[in-house]
Amino acid sequence: MIYIFDGSLAGLLTAIFEWFEHKPGKVTLKSISLFQPEAFAESFTVITDAEKSDRVWAGLQKKIKKDWLRKFYCSYLSEIPEAYNHLFYFAVYIFQNESGAENNYGNEHVIALAKYAKSVEREKHRMEAFIRFQKTGDGMFYAGVDPDFNVLPLISNHFKNRYADQQWIIYDLKRKYGLYYNLNAVEEITISFEKNVNKANPASILMDEKEELYSVLWKDYFKSTNIVARKNTKLHIQHVPKRYWKYLTEKQLS
Amino acid sequence: MFVSKFLCMSDRIREKLSILADAAKYDVSCSSSGSNRKNDNKGLGNGHSSGICHTYTEDGRCVSLLKILLTNHCIYDCLFCVSRRSNDIKRAAFTVDEVVDLTMNFYRRNYIEGLFLSSGIFKNADFTMERLLLVCKKLRLEHKYNGYIHLKTIPGASEDLIREAGLYADRMSINLEMPTEAGLKLLAPEKNHEDVIKPLDFVNKQMIQLTEEKKLIKHTPKFVPAGQSTQMVIGATPESDKDIMYTANAFYKNFALKRVYYSGYVPISNDTRMPVLGTQPPLLRENRLYQTDWLMRFYGFKVQEILNDANPNLDVDIDPKLSWAIRNMQHFPVDINTSDYKMILRIPGIGVMSAQKIVQARKFGKLRIDQLKKIGVSYNRAKHFIVCADSPYQLRDYQGTQIKAFILAESQSKYLKTDNNQMLLF
Repeated sequence: MIYIFDGSLAGLLTAIFEWFEHKPGKVTLKSISLFQPEAFAESFTVITDAEKSDRVWAGLQKKIKKDWLRKFYCSYLSEIPEAYNHLFYFAVYIFQNESGAENNYGNEHVIALAKYAKSVEREKHRMEAFIRFQKTGDGMFYAGVDPDFNVLPLISNHFKNRYADQQWIIYDLKRKYGLYYNLNAVEEITISFEKNVNKANPASILMDEKEELYSVLWKDYFKSTNIVARKNTKLHIQHVPKRYWKYLTEKQLS
Repeated sequence: MFVSKFLCMSDRIREKLSILADAAKYDVSCSSSGSNRKNDNKGLGNGHSSGICHTYTEDGRCVSLLKILLTNHCIYDCLFCVSRRSNDIKRAAFTVDEVVDLTMNFYRRNYIEGLFLSSGIFKNADFTMERLLLVCKKLRLEHKYNGYIHLKTIPGASEDLIREAGLYADRMSINLEMPTEAGLKLLAPEKNHEDVIKPLDFVNKQMIQLTEEKKLIKHTPKFVPAGQSTQMVIGATPESDKDIMYTANAFYKNFALKRVYYSGYVPISNDTRMPVLGTQPPLLRENRLYQTDWLMRFYGFKVQEILNDANPNLDVDIDPKLSWAIRNMQHFPVDINTSDYKMILRIPGIGVMSAQKIVQARKFGKLRIDQLKKIGVSYNRAKHFIVCADSPYQLRDYQGTQIKAFILAESQSKYLKTDNNQMLLF
């Protein structure tokens, strides 16, 4: 039996509600964007319902602590197809067992969520580390990013608290939405870019007049900190995988 | 081609930055963790409790701070230091405003977590310390900067200056340089360990006093919230690993240091009292020392268990945890499902995270090999030291040396330069 849901967190939680209500036996959970009808498999489309999903979430809050609620949320943000199934069965396992069941690292779903959450948290930490703002001519600090997972909701608070006195935008180029801080609050925005615009590194004429200087100073600094006698490219790439080099001012050639 | 007018005018600042960042890089502390400083004055920046590594150098070291000397002019002539007064190199000095400007602008662009400020000693210790203190005060008070500041304590500076600096810095540190007094006297006769111990002790006592006061008075100021650290240079003088780690252990205990750093000596001259130019820095030895440091701080080992008169130096081909296990086979095999946490931590191939997961998971049922592997245990290594629910029955009891040979034969270690071709027939 296949349960199809709309890909949202509320949809996933509604699916869990439906399973407990109808008890259809073994079920595979699939997101509608990835669903392909199979000839011999029965399917059921879950209609997302706010009341049902709220009840499931409240139920989870009663059973597991904040750190595991966060692991649940992070696993969902991974957008990995297999994760949805593990999330589903994790919730079922939690509801059918005593408090504390989430500590059973012998259970395959517990371990799976722990691993997904770890990957998502690592990507969040990398975004906090590797995002480089560029100051535009009108005083806005802009950064275009393309993270492996949907981490913008997770990094919003960090940047809001840290950069409280400057306006900034962090834009997820892959998922086509971004965060904008206007000195008071963070809003979700979408930008329609002109054709042929370099979204990761906007043209220098749009930049603040001292931007190029600071960018060059940073490259100088990066070069000066290197100790040639200890060169270790393998270790360097392990810490800064090549797919992040496009963000890093110090890795740009010019 | 459009060239920013600021670039031309700023060749001087670029030159200063290159000289003064290059001179600062041998102080390896990169930590930006331990500060819970909040941005509650609509200023710029905050601390991050676990620190953030914003980039990594091509030699694999983390870069989280703008690490610079205020100046590389120095009145001292320590043999191991590239900025020693008799060395013929370019000298430069930042103004206080230049340092503040660089820090603020790098910080705004998320290049750095904060500033690491050290200096050569020019005129005298107090004059130098005052200038460092002025940078910190400008950042905190004029610019409402709440990001991380790591400040070097200048040996010989007055207690008043050090106390005031502690109100603005997150971490303060002062370097031992050589692991023993004798080693230091050999290469830097103008310096001594007492000049390092006094400020470490003073700051530690201030921290303790303010913690006590905080219990009574709510608004005591923050004072060096990320604690103190120190650094030893490894390989410039002939001390053993035992000398180095016993010193580290004493300093952790006596001054409640957060970290001790071990920096492999990078030769800067052809003076024959130390390794000459072209000698490779002792990277493997440095790695093993850090592993020992971790065993002392996170795995419950006492330094005497790893290094003692019978074993004054660490094994090169295997890590110190495995080395201890092989020398102490009477403790093994350990039953994963019944032994206490402290013993599970001592199993080679099991780290702190895995040990914690094992202790939690086994409440739900006896753990098997496949579950241990999923938890993240390095089973190929640990299997020689444990039994679990479905361990295969062992016909023979292996000696420590045989187990070491098995592990080395399977090892993918980057430090094994030659292939290990031993075949053991049993």
